[in-house]
Amino acid sequence: MSGAEILIECWKNEGVEVIFGYPGATTIDIHHYLETSGLKFVLTRHEQAAVHAADGYARSTGRPGVVLVTSGPGATNTVTGLAGANMDSVPVLVFSGQVSRMLIGNDAFQEVDIVGVSRPVTKHNYLVMSTEELARTVKEAFYVATTGRPGAVLVDLPKDVIAGHAEFDYPRKVFLRAYQPHLSPHPRQIQKAIKLLLSAQKPVIYAGGGVIAAGANEDLLQLSELLTMPVTNTLMGLGGFPGNHPLSLGMLGMHGLYRANMAVQSADLILAVGARFDDRVTGALARFAPEAGIIHIDVDTTSIHKVLDVDVPLVADARQAIKAILEMLGPLPVYDKKARLEWLEQIKEWDARFPLAYDRETRDCIKPQMVIETLYRLTSGKAVIVTEVGQHQMWAAQYYLYQSPRQFITSGGLGVMGFGLPAALGVQMARPGATVIDISGDGSFLMNVQELTTAVQENLPIKVAILNNGCLGMVRQWQELFYDRRYAASILKKEPDFVKLAEAFGAKGLRASTFEEVEPVINEALSHDGPVVMDFRVCPEELVYPMVPGGKGLDEMLLRQPLEPPA
Amino acid sequence: MEISSESQKRHTLAVLVDNRPGVLARVTTLISGRGFNIDSLSVAATMEPDVSLITLIISVSPKFVSQIIKQLRKLINVIKVTDLTQMDYVERQLVMVRVRTQEDTRAEIMRLCEIFRGKVIDVSPKSFTLEITGGENKLKAVLSLLDQFGIEEIVSTGLTAIARSLPPKR
Repeated sequence: MSGAEILIECWKNEGVEVIFGYPGATTIDIHHYLETSGLKFVLTRHEQAAVHAADGYARSTGRPGVVLVTSGPGATNTVTGLAGANMDSVPVLVFSGQVSRMLIGNDAFQEVDIVGVSRPVTKHNYLVMSTEELARTVKEAFYVATTGRPGAVLVDLPKDVIAGHAEFDYPRKVFLRAYQPHLSPHPRQIQKAIKLLLSAQKPVIYAGGGVIAAGANEDLLQLSELLTMPVTNTLMGLGGFPGNHPLSLGMLGMHGLYRANMAVQSADLILAVGARFDDRVTGALARFAPEAGIIHIDVDTTSIHKVLDVDVPLVADARQAIKAILEMLGPLPVYDKKARLEWLEQIKEWDARFPLAYDRETRDCIKPQMVIETLYRLTSGKAVIVTEVGQHQMWAAQYYLYQSPRQFITSGGLGVMGFGLPAALGVQMARPGATVIDISGDGSFLMNVQELTTAVQENLPIKVAILNNGCLGMVRQWQELFYDRRYAASILKKEPDFVKLAEAFGAKGLRASTFEEVEPVINEALSHDGPVVMDFRVCPEELVYPMVPGGKGLDEMLLRQPLEPPA
Repeated sequence: MEISSESQKRHTLAVLVDNRPGVLARVTTLISGRGFNIDSLSVAATMEPDVSLITLIISVSPKFVSQIIKQLRKLINVIKVTDLTQMDYVERQLVMVRVRTQEDTRAEIMRLCEIFRGKVIDVSPKSFTLEITGGENKLKAVLSLLDQFGIEEIVSTGLTAIARSLPPKR
């Protein structure tokens, strides 16, 4: 069997159904066989977009996303996608063509040392140096990408390795002496955790993307209800706990809800699950949760004690750890329920004082938050929301309440503008029946706008909602608040007509310029069976609140200007 | 992570890795990518043919070293990382040094070499080449003594190190 055929057989063995990518000289052999393999190949219009699409596919299913690109520029174009997937612990595999082995190192046409380039942005990578070791390497690559803390893996395939022949023998198992993820929790640590969980008066669960990756959401819900513990989610964790649950505090951090940040700051115990105390979450570390003991569940040893020292480290898969806690707690754990109800009352008071809010009275321009709320209402909270990066992303995190895991797909760690549109394609490929909406900004949208072609070509009925404020809103927000309102490089003076642009691609284009037009435009978009771009002309000066400025503690939020009291 | 406020300390890390192409690069980029310099590095085979030992020395803060150890352990090809500085260990380095000689200095250089249990491994009309093995302090002492005769060239291996007994199981 040729290397190309072996590769395709490996994919089939791994249950791969879709491959995203872009062909080139070094991968023609693979495409030649892929064409008749029964596997679906989605031709994106840029390799970066192919990785984001595979990433979206992986985030929405939990299954690995697969990419095939050519050598040189094809490979280097995947770097942003790899870094983004890896930082957000998403299993993505990039298979890159490479020049023939004898040409490696010769500055051959379209040659680049992609293994060297991608080393710091992947969980692991491989250069396959013989056809004989291809199958074993691919097996290992899938294993590494999908186990432990999942991540991005690149496999570099020289053209002559792909053209060469070998027996196909797919290994059933992988054993890596140096890589054995630690999944089951240590009983003694569970005991210590339980002691704290029962004695706390003001506990908070701080749940991150690890809850979703581990499929721990139902166990988390059970634990939260059993112990009357409120839950705040990180950006990556949204959907890991039902957003409309009475114990849900919403997102915490730089643009977290007042009640969530105040709860963390006043808590006497924080149970961190699959979260890594990112700087956007903690605010000034020295002031973070000063009263709280911390239990930290994470599958990645390096996450523990990385940012701050914790009282009970628990290296384990989130699901296994919570299950172990539930098991040891039994059905009727004894704790001071009255104290916890008082704690919830306190949180309610905070929320009543500074709820998540915007000026709902203004009608002379469209408030971006109102667009999200309307999307939420008209999709009954059931759409899969994908985002780009910036203000719109934060509003999408704040105003759309996610009910289930894998419903909110966003580039968290790396913060990749241009992620949303291609990721939405991957989500829609994985979930053909779902309503998939890319909430976008006018800046981000243009970063991978070519993918509208892919949407039309594959007839993927994604909806793009551009919150068009004529500027790079998050940069502008920082300039307004911290840089003397010098709006350097953040005002988009020339922009295309997004409606005509959508039409030029063969998609539907819609525009809402007034408050009244928002709902009809969304309704029309949702009822159209094909890709739609909605251009919402929103108030250009709207800011994301609350906001924890750099160097401040979570309880030192900037809040929205108080409204004039009603006359 | 505070970089400046914590005092830096020298750590000798023994990193057991898969003997495969690219593994050394993974280890070193992990450290250099965080802006730290490797003071000394040596790589050698072990009793197992598919396993190599990297001995590296870095001067960093305690917080960083524990993080770097965890990050190293996370690398797919890293089997084991030991911070030898945390235990009783012996370290050695081999230095070859070519020293200028004159009629009246030869005897003294040879005596010095003997005292430090070095060897003369090459002799030419105007120089000796000495081989000296030892820990960092001893080598510093020898080299500063030899300096008065005129050192023409020094080459040195990286430090390598071994624990005095099997470390307790963690």
